[in-house]
This record gives sequence, C-alpha cells and structure tokens, in this order.
Amino acid sequence: MSLSHAFFAIIRRDLLLALRRRSEIANPLLFFILVITLFPLGIGAQPNLLQAIAPGIIWVSALLAAMLSLDSLFRSDFDDGSLEQILLSPHPASILVLAKIIAHWLVTGLPLLIIAPLLAIFLGMPAQSLGILLLTLLLGTPVLSLIGAIGVALTVGLRRGGMILSLLVLPLYVPVLIFASNAVEMAGSGLPANAQINILISILFMALVLAPWPTAAALKMSIN
Amino acid sequence: MAAKPTCLLQGAGLSCIRDDRVLFEGLAFELFPGQVLLLEGKNGSGKTSLLRILCGFREPDAGQVFWRGEAINDGQYYADMAYVGHLDGVKKELTVLENLKVSLALGRSGQYSIQQALTKVHLADYDDVLVQALSAGQKRRLSLARLLITQNIVWILDEPFTSLDKQGIALIESLMSEHCANGGMIVLTSHHDIELHGVDVQRINLS
Repeated sequence: MSLSHAFFAIIRRDLLLALRRRSEIANPLLFFILVITLFPLGIGAQPNLLQAIAPGIIWVSALLAAMLSLDSLFRSDFDDGSLEQILLSPHPASILVLAKIIAHWLVTGLPLLIIAPLLAIFLGMPAQSLGILLLTLLLGTPVLSLIGAIGVALTVGLRRGGMILSLLVLPLYVPVLIFASNAVEMAGSGLPANAQINILISILFMALVLAPWPTAAALKMSIN
Repeated sequence: MAAKPTCLLQGAGLSCIRDDRVLFEGLAFELFPGQVLLLEGKNGSGKTSLLRILCGFREPDAGQVFWRGEAINDGQYYADMAYVGHLDGVKKELTVLENLKVSLALGRSGQYSIQQALTKVHLADYDDVLVQALSAGQKRRLSLARLLITQNIVWILDEPFTSLDKQGIALIESLMSEHCANGGMIVLTSHHDIELHGVDVQRINLS
C-alpha cells in the first residue's frame, strides 16, 4: 500500500466518473459561455465599455461557474457511501481529499481556462492582456476549488445546503476576484501586474497547504 | 497450556445518547481473535450507532473503544478494519473491476486477488459490467468482496444479509466462518439468525 498509489487511484476514478457523467463537465462550462455571451447583448453597441469591463465579466463568470460545480465534489460519494470508505482508509484523509479536489479542478476548472481566450477576444479584450488572463485563471481557479471544498464538506450532510454554501464560500472568493481582475486590467493598460500575480501565487500555495485539513475534518463531521 | 489470546478490540463504558434518548449506557465488551460479536435489538435500539462508534464515525457520549490497547483514533486501527454499511459504497457508473481496484488502492492487498475474490462471491463473469446493471443482491456481494481483497482483521458489518437470497446468505456465512478460523474478528448486526459452525459468537442485546 503506497500513498501515491491511492492518490492517483482516486484521481483516476474521479476522472473516469466525470467521463461517464458528461453533464457534470458540460454544465459549468456552458454556464460560463452563456453568461459571457449575454453581456454584449445586454450592454449594446458600446465596444469601449465592454472592453473596459471584460476582465471583471470573465472573472465573475468563472467564479459563479466554479460555485455551480462545487456541489458535485462530494455529493455522489456522500450519497452512495464511497466517502465512508475513503475516510476509513489507513491513508491520511487530507491527502485523499486533495486528490479529489485536483480531479475536480481538472474537470471543471481546466475547461474554463481553455475556452477563456476565445471569449476574451469576443469581448474585445486587448491581445496583450490575454496571457495575464490565462495566468490568473491558472492560479485562481484551483484556489476556488480548494476553498470551495471546505464549504462543500461542511454542507454536504445538509439536504438544502446550497444557500449556506454560497454564504460561506463567496466572501473567501473575493480576494481572488479582486487581485485577478485587477491584474488583467493592469496588463490591458500596459502596466506590470507582477504584484497581483505574486499575491495570487501565494494565495494558491496557502490554499494548497491549508485547505485539505479542514476539508477532511469537516467531511468526518458530515458523515456522523 | 496454550497462552491466552489477547483481547484486540475492547469497548469500555460506551454510551450513546440521541435526541435526549439514552440508547445504551455503560456498555462494555471484549473481543478476541476468532470471535464474532452479534448485536441484537429492536429497530432504533442503537445497533447502527454502536457500529458507527466502532468505525470512529461517531464519538461515543461516554467511554472509549480500544484496539490493541490504544484508542482507535491513535493506533493503526484503520489498517486492520473493514466496514460494510447500509450503503454499498460502490460507484454505479464504474465497472465491478474498476470499483474493486479503487478499494484495493485505498487499503493493503490481502489474502485474495480481485479475480479470486470475485469467484468467491460468484461474480466472476461480471468484472466488466457496470455496477448500475447489477441487482441489489449482486451489489451487496460486490461490497462484501471488498473484505476479501484487502488485508484486515476486524470486519464491521451492518446488516450484511440484506437483499441476499438463501444461497447468498450461506455463502457469506461460510466466508465469515473462514475469516474467524484464520484469526479474524467480526462485529455485525443482523435480523437473520446466523449459523456459524465452530465459531464463538458473543451476543449483546441492546433493547
């Protein structure tokens, strides 16, 4: 029994499950695309305004898409008893939980990253800020999954935990939103965005190290 | 004279209170290798709660559970136990084989290989079948196959005979006898009368 074997077995299992339940991947992505395409229609023929608010639109949509996908992180494992089996494993629960979060990000976060440049061009975002946009999404969306996991773990035992989940998680998403959209804005006006990027990197590492423990502890509480 | 076997699993002064109702109080037991602990009692008498306390899912309201003399949350208890509860704990979108591979990765490989375990529970030809296509009894046998592929000493089984037919029940009983003969231990709840030949069965009635 090796921990890395268990770690990759969980990632593999969750990716396989996502492949067999495609709507789980498609829903958040579709939501992301729909919200962003609706903005130009709502704002009308004002390309400058659209260009100015494009970073905010993309990041707010990404954040809401991430929220929408959170519930699927532990729900089915909780309902069919697989979660009990994972927590009873002799391996540290926090590491196994981290594997689940990584798989969840690969399924729900990575597709946003792939489609985002296309949508950014659609909103008229200047080409020089595309790189920074991708970088902020690469650093920021894993944080959304990691922080969200704590909230889901706390609310998965409640039948209608959706409202509480948003109240718990949204305030913690705000720093990511502020620094990420600000970085893209700076890049758009030709200014360096190093400070914001560095802060995002540090938030990501902090979340990576600190989020799995409370998530595992909260899951143990939830299955009680 | 042979040395007295040491008690591995021990409950001391266990109490469980649910919604201001005392389900049990001051419950104590000692379980030795090769023994079966059968929990009996009416519905709602706290059988499942006691099993969940033994799994560490629930804190007892008083008392403690010990494994090899250490509290279960500190020692290496989780490497030695396996649990099959009300829920089968298998993913219905995965095949039988994929499910068992994940269970195997989460524990230590045990006495039987996956193929041998599937043959034992009469699911040998089903390894590529999605679990959602299995019947309730087949799913139950699949979740019990998990006990065979991982290395463990204590089995904690919550109503293991649910949705099994007569043959299935006899099959599980023979697996349980074999496990006990090899020095394993079982804690279970059951509405059925179990027939285990040559196995020392302790009974606790919770009602």
